[in-house]
Amino acid sequence: MTTEASRIGFGDSEEFEHPDTVSIQAFGFWIYLMSDLILFAVLFATYVVLGQNYAGGPTGKDLFDLPYAFVETMLLLLSTAICGLAILAMHEDRNNLVLAWLAATFLLGLGFVSMEIGEFRGMILAGSGPSRSAFLSSFFTLVGTHGAHVSFGLLWMAVMMGQIFRKGLTTPVRSRLMRLSMFWHFLDIVWIGIFTIVYLTGVL
Amino acid sequence: MSQAQVEGTGAGRGSLKSYGTGFLFSIVLTAIAFALVMSGELSRAATLAGIFAAAAVQILVHLHYFLHLDRSSEAQWNLVALLFTLLIMSLFVVGTLWIMHSLSYRMM
Repeated sequence: MTTEASRIGFGDSEEFEHPDTVSIQAFGFWIYLMSDLILFAVLFATYVVLGQNYAGGPTGKDLFDLPYAFVETMLLLLSTAICGLAILAMHEDRNNLVLAWLAATFLLGLGFVSMEIGEFRGMILAGSGPSRSAFLSSFFTLVGTHGAHVSFGLLWMAVMMGQIFRKGLTTPVRSRLMRLSMFWHFLDIVWIGIFTIVYLTGVL
Repeated sequence: MSQAQVEGTGAGRGSLKSYGTGFLFSIVLTAIAFALVMSGELSRAATLAGIFAAAAVQILVHLHYFLHLDRSSEAQWNLVALLFTLLIMSLFVVGTLWIMHSLSYRMM
């Protein structure tokens, strides 16, 4: 006889007997997202404090390319909407459709991360790396932390595609997919703050 | 295990319509924000007010249409947790800006 706590703890048991396990896991993940939100709030505050200290180096006006940031934003928005379609397909038990939508979400997210790495690379090669000024240190920390989250989300998504492929849409897999979609939508919300406070305000 | 419990919380209760509506709203709001800055038609203050208003509305759109956060009983604790987090965030952000601004002013 397992205890309730161990049933909730071991996501891999295919039993999931406790009727609230999935919603408890989703709520626990929500609490994690809230703590992540506080992490980002602190990085935003740091950026706003340091964002004008250029140390004679380039400013946001010199560095930021708005059409480029707009395309990045569109990739992430499309990705988050398609992730929602994957969840809808999951409710309809259509494994292949879930895999297809997840693959599309993954590729769009990969496009976003690639564009961001390209942007960072260009800036560092031009001598505007994180060590150039306080503005750039805080810029790379804030935007890089978001990019790292998206990259880990991509890794998670790849693992979930493997699990759907091997295990099918079991209750634990569904529960994980729900949390992955929450994570993905959450990262899009953080990005709204980044393009508004960093990119749009930066070129004004 | 039934699907009902999987759909219970958080991101679970979407429909094609809600994702479509949310996506349309977010595209339009993003486009408005970028257009305001790129056209440069308005004054700096008006542009700033415009893009921050667009961002605030877009965040609400995402919470409502993508994360399905509302005042229903399923999402009640998610909402409470979010409101508490917003309180902590505003303490951090407002407190940091206040202290650092004051410090910068006094050290001039």
